[in-house]
Amino acid sequence: MAPWNITDQKIPQGRLALFSYVSAALVVLLLAGFWKLQVVQSEHYADLADKNGIRPIAIIAPRGAMLDREGRVLVDSYPSFSILLMRDNPKVLEKSLPQIEDGLGISAEDLHQQLEAAKFEPKFLPLVVKPAASEADIEFVESHRADLPVLELEMVQRRRYPLGEVLANTIGYVGEVSPQELEKNADKYKPGDIVGKAGLEKQYNELIVGTDGMKRVVVNSVGRVIRTLDNIDAIPGKPIQLTIDEDLQRIADTDMADKQGAVVAMDGHTGEILAMVSRPTFDPNDFAVRIPPQEWAALNKDPNTPLLNRAIQAQLAPGSTFKIIMATAMLESKAIPADYIAYCPGEAVFYGRVFHCWQPKGHGAVDLHTGIVHSCDVFFYNVGQRLGIDKIYYYANGLGLGRRTGIDLPSEEPGLMPSEEWVQRVYHHKWYAGETISVAIGQGAIMVTPIQLARAYDSVASGGTLVEPHLLKDLSALKVERFPLSDETVEKVTQGMYDVINEGGGTGYALRLQDVDFSGKSGTAQVMSYQAGAKVGGRAGKLTNGWFVGYAPRRNPDIVVAAVVQGSTEHGGTTAGPVVRDLVKAYYDKKSGHFAQPSTAENIQPSHVIPVADPEAEAESR
Amino acid sequence: MTGRPRIQDFDWPLLGIVGVICLLGILEIYSSTHASALAGMQWKQLMWIGIGVVGMFLISRIDYHTLLDQAPVLYVTGIAGLLIVLVIGYSRLGAKRWISVGGQTLQVSELMKLIIIIVLARYFTEVRTDRLTLRDLAKVAGLTLVPVALILKQPDLGTAMVLVPVALVGAFFAGIEWKHAAVGLLLIALLVPLAWNMRHHLKPYQQQRIETFLHPEQDQRGAGYQILQSEIAVGSGGFWGKGFSKGSQNQLGFVPVRYSDFILAALAEEQGFIGVCVVLLLYLGLILRLVDNAQKAKDRAGMYVVMGVTAILGFHVLVNASMVIGYMPVTGIPLPLMSYGGSATAFVFLALGLVMNVRMRRFVN
Repeated sequence: MAPWNITDQKIPQGRLALFSYVSAALVVLLLAGFWKLQVVQSEHYADLADKNGIRPIAIIAPRGAMLDREGRVLVDSYPSFSILLMRDNPKVLEKSLPQIEDGLGISAEDLHQQLEAAKFEPKFLPLVVKPAASEADIEFVESHRADLPVLELEMVQRRRYPLGEVLANTIGYVGEVSPQELEKNADKYKPGDIVGKAGLEKQYNELIVGTDGMKRVVVNSVGRVIRTLDNIDAIPGKPIQLTIDEDLQRIADTDMADKQGAVVAMDGHTGEILAMVSRPTFDPNDFAVRIPPQEWAALNKDPNTPLLNRAIQAQLAPGSTFKIIMATAMLESKAIPADYIAYCPGEAVFYGRVFHCWQPKGHGAVDLHTGIVHSCDVFFYNVGQRLGIDKIYYYANGLGLGRRTGIDLPSEEPGLMPSEEWVQRVYHHKWYAGETISVAIGQGAIMVTPIQLARAYDSVASGGTLVEPHLLKDLSALKVERFPLSDETVEKVTQGMYDVINEGGGTGYALRLQDVDFSGKSGTAQVMSYQAGAKVGGRAGKLTNGWFVGYAPRRNPDIVVAAVVQGSTEHGGTTAGPVVRDLVKAYYDKKSGHFAQPSTAENIQPSHVIPVADPEAEAESR
Repeated sequence: MTGRPRIQDFDWPLLGIVGVICLLGILEIYSSTHASALAGMQWKQLMWIGIGVVGMFLISRIDYHTLLDQAPVLYVTGIAGLLIVLVIGYSRLGAKRWISVGGQTLQVSELMKLIIIIVLARYFTEVRTDRLTLRDLAKVAGLTLVPVALILKQPDLGTAMVLVPVALVGAFFAGIEWKHAAVGLLLIALLVPLAWNMRHHLKPYQQQRIETFLHPEQDQRGAGYQILQSEIAVGSGGFWGKGFSKGSQNQLGFVPVRYSDFILAALAEEQGFIGVCVVLLLYLGLILRLVDNAQKAKDRAGMYVVMGVTAILGFHVLVNASMVIGYMPVTGIPLPLMSYGGSATAFVFLALGLVMNVRMRRFVN
């Protein structure tokens, strides 16, 4: 027993009993307090409870604008109103529905469907019944505040695309966040949030998205806001500057307006994209307000695929534009002497099959320079046969064909550059040597995108520097790939491309420009094989994809433009060539201060547009 | 009758009442949070109860006389702990109340409640009188007010206040003279207006709480808003209540911290006056049963321990229930065993462990 603890003291039973009585009395007092609230004043508090309503009102942050390289607005946001339906009081909601259907012109079926879909979301989250309210709608809500407390107006921010269809495929569009995205980023998004769905809107969503604010208001039983509890301001998204030049973009777009195809113009030193067109296209403004399902389905099912960005997603045979890569491969590999001469009688036989030149009369004795300038098929058939597919693959792949360029856009396609290994892996058989002959003139199992071709040409003319194409102006840490080419090779090939345009008889002679070292190469790839085309007959059988890739000056280009016009029966120099020429011209006009706005294909020295009389429709027979 | 302390001598009826209160608490925590981001909280609470029960058994193993022997050491340790909290404590919601022990945060002031029970039980036993002199009272006040001041500094008005009833109830049983008690009450009556005039020395949040207690309608955002919302929830519950998880004020989140400090308001809305009667009568049963244990204690030391625990629990219930119906300001005192909270729940079980400790040794020599 501890010395401090003496047990002789009695427990004070009396005081303990008193403690018990006091405790009981206090509990009775507390119960009296509850009785007063819950029984005596119960109705008063029930009334207050009914009137009690805190509504969280989101303050939507506007998305950041997109500006062109000179600071002109390409995309911005503007405030508008949505009509919300409050769901926290099911009884009142049920009663109000018929009146809402009438007043806002929403069908009962549609409304019930929306309510059903939102059944499992928290009750305090309202439903957006009308995403873009008209003035009449707003007036209806305002005048029925008392009898329709379930309706509320919400200010939202909508996207505006002042250029409409111009640049649409590159910019992309926005839409409500999908359930899948919501699940992945539950902390970032809430239902109904607007996010980028395609193009730059998707690519740079994180950069331009703002932070929504939140206002909590207390409303009384007739829906009137009594007071604001707190207010967290929205933080608007930051604007981004693009490398696009609106002037060049408009010119390219006008030139392509009635065509199907793509154009991409790129700064040859930096990889900055100056213009990017894909046709047919769509109007992203249609997506700024919730797009009706029928319209969405129509866009998706359109056989002309208006949602596709052909500049980075169209995978097409390059046709004769590929001859520049062949020429580079021939000189760099040294497998064939640089002064090699082939004789072109208009056709040639390889592996027991006849391959035609586009010029049935033949070109006679052809060296590399003539081969490029006159685009002689037989010359390159011979080069292809001597190099073999794997050497071709090595140089084409080195110059960026058949793989993604890494442009800052979602869903870029890789194209296809075949090799023996690829055929073995995919088709489990050996490469047919005859296929190489087709590939040598850019037909057969080879597919490239316009952006790849633009970069490959830039790289050849720059001695093997592959820039990274990009659309964001201040993109740090750009990757530059090196695929070194000897100076002799570059000199010979660029001289060829210069003479395509500037030497009489060149396939692009009609496109020449004053005071500009405009160089390039055309290509006209068949959509169907020669035999299939013959069977179909008529115009459809002769459909081609016309290419032109041009740049200036002759070495280390300032600007490179690749254009493709699909589904025409004409030669690439005729269909795509003028588009490229207009862009290169406008680029130098701007530089020298001679640029006049607005400019279209018509008012750029029409006298220089000379009809081209030398289609080089490559033909091959099997 | 002599023998070893046995588990069978635990106060099982008392633990039965405790179990029912815990169950009601868990059900109401579930009801308040199941449709929100806090869903699943009831399982955490259940875990804390489990930890508390283990602690209760452990603390009942150590003879309370041994604990009282160590009272000076415990007291010094507790004060040192509170000082450490003030110096290197971990801040949460603007208050420094936690220190980190092996990755777990520990609220030292909860431990101080246990320590003050033991220290004052030792002191009152040692005084060995039925008439406390003024000198004795001054010592009691000194022992109590040092930790009170340190906890106030954190600042944690609620926990600081909770230590005072241990001293008052202890003094009452140790034989405070009626004239001293009367003077004390008079002093308190005088000190409150004085404190009111000194209120500008209080922390801003304390000032605001007192201000809103007096004028709830003027502050619709802060504590006054909380009390008003609590009253609306309680009042609208009516006599029979709105039904389990059907209280609109609770479910829509109008009741502030509905799973913790205001859990009684949530319950009052959903279970009505009937439900409140059941809960408060359960607490009264708990207190009466605790007093019964004090009456049957082997010695005065045991009685002081049991009544110290009773004083704290009773004070908690009184202040919390009064707050819910707007009779007292918001002080952050939870409803024991029902409000969600780890440290608070664990404390109650440790305190009950002290009571079991006394009870199972009443026949032991």
